[in-house]
Amino acid sequence: MNSTKPAPNAYVSQDACAILIVGAGPAGLSAALAAAPAGRSIVVLDDNPAPGGQVWRNGAGAAPPGPLQQLQEALARYPRVRIHSSTRVVAAQGSQALLLESADSAWVQGFEKLIVCTGARELLLPFPGWTLPGVSGAGGLQAMIKSGLPVHGQRIVIAGSGPLLLAAAASATQAGAQVLRVAEQSPWRQVAAFGAGLLRWPGKLAQAATLLHPAYRCDSYVLAAQGDTSLQSVQLRQGARTYQLDCDRLAVGFGLVPNVELGRLLGCATRHSAQAGLALQVDAQQSTSVPYIFAAGECTGAGGVERALAEGHIAGLTAIGQRAPAAHLHTRARWQDFASRVDQHFALRPELRTLADKNTLLCRCEDVTFGSVAARTGWNDAKLHQRCGMGACQGRICGAAAQHLFGWDAPSPRPPLSPARVSTLSLASNDTGALP
Amino acid sequence: MNTPQAMVHFQLNGQAAQVPAGTSIAAALYLCSDGIARHSVSGQARAPVCGMGVCQECRVLVNGRSQLACQALCAAGMVVETGDLS
Repeated sequence: MNSTKPAPNAYVSQDACAILIVGAGPAGLSAALAAAPAGRSIVVLDDNPAPGGQVWRNGAGAAPPGPLQQLQEALARYPRVRIHSSTRVVAAQGSQALLLESADSAWVQGFEKLIVCTGARELLLPFPGWTLPGVSGAGGLQAMIKSGLPVHGQRIVIAGSGPLLLAAAASATQAGAQVLRVAEQSPWRQVAAFGAGLLRWPGKLAQAATLLHPAYRCDSYVLAAQGDTSLQSVQLRQGARTYQLDCDRLAVGFGLVPNVELGRLLGCATRHSAQAGLALQVDAQQSTSVPYIFAAGECTGAGGVERALAEGHIAGLTAIGQRAPAAHLHTRARWQDFASRVDQHFALRPELRTLADKNTLLCRCEDVTFGSVAARTGWNDAKLHQRCGMGACQGRICGAAAQHLFGWDAPSPRPPLSPARVSTLSLASNDTGALP
Repeated sequence: MNTPQAMVHFQLNGQAAQVPAGTSIAAALYLCSDGIARHSVSGQARAPVCGMGVCQECRVLVNGRSQLACQALCAAGMVVETGDLS
């Protein structure tokens, strides 16, 4: 593994590789390691400053976890594997090249095979006050703590759904915060049934036991965040009771949304995922509907780190023309079962669709209200008339929310996939998939 | 990885600032200032939300170029400006 990249400010630049992997989380790194022994040139990209994805994120507030270090050490033995951090995909250039941008350069990366390992983001649902400074994603809070965010002595409320709430609470507690409440929207019967089912996954059971927090409450969800210029208190409901907690931070997450934008841009077929929005459709070998494109990890449907590692391994082998051993297929199936249980027991209650009032913002980029969007007939109508989803995030936040709130599928993504510099865009050719 | 003693010196809205090495700009906004990254089209103050490069709420100017504060680490001599109205 080496980390050479085109020289800074080398704007007219091309590179080619046999296998391009987008995403250096567990799935992407696992795919790279599975494919590396074939000796072909491999490039791995990630838009974060260091490999590891969200689950293995590290920085000033967290050391790189053991499994990440082991994967990186193993990859370091293969000089033809190159990893580019802080690099994002801007657009497609024809069918087998992508336009890329890093902090100080841009180039066109050609490939023979592509493995999409773009992960997932959190589902954020609008409620009054959710745009106040002090309110963040639950995984977002965890990621920022690992990157050095100071939370020592702060009073934090965590709300939403799923096992990730406990992981966020653990990170906050470890960093010296006082976690006042972990509000899980799912009823306790469902959470208890999920817990009992963990007997089949002893590692997860042990993990759950270490993460369990005394402030954890089921049947609980956030109603509103309150404060003048920043968060001061949170209003919560637990069963029939409504109460208020004064706090410094509120971290919310209602599950995961697969990042399918790159796959969709390249023509990969999607399916409706169990909980939130679309997922990239893959077969048993992790092949997408496009012959030379494979996908692995959370972008094929949220499934956790173990499933991502198995899927990445299978995708890496498929990309070099090998069949995955049965053991990996078995591992994937086992963790797929686990993911299905998460979906089943942490299904979102209908009340969460009614938290926003008409003046609550739905689109945070263009400041479009829930009321004005709810009156539209669909996503395109909302975009055309209200500019909802037309801002910098390109509907990744409000589009996922609208999918859950109104059942509107996000429209096909258009390049650029993320805001890019003019000098980068000037590299785009006029081939199919390039910028209009 | 990073010893607590290793500090990075940079500039935030014209003021000298320092943070431990490996700190993201998003974290630095809280360590060295009020945590606000930008103001929205209707003038609301916004702070980092998703923490993973998706929501774009934390975009700031780094050496004159727009970057996501949650995905960029503070580096020596860097000039960071917040408050972009777009």
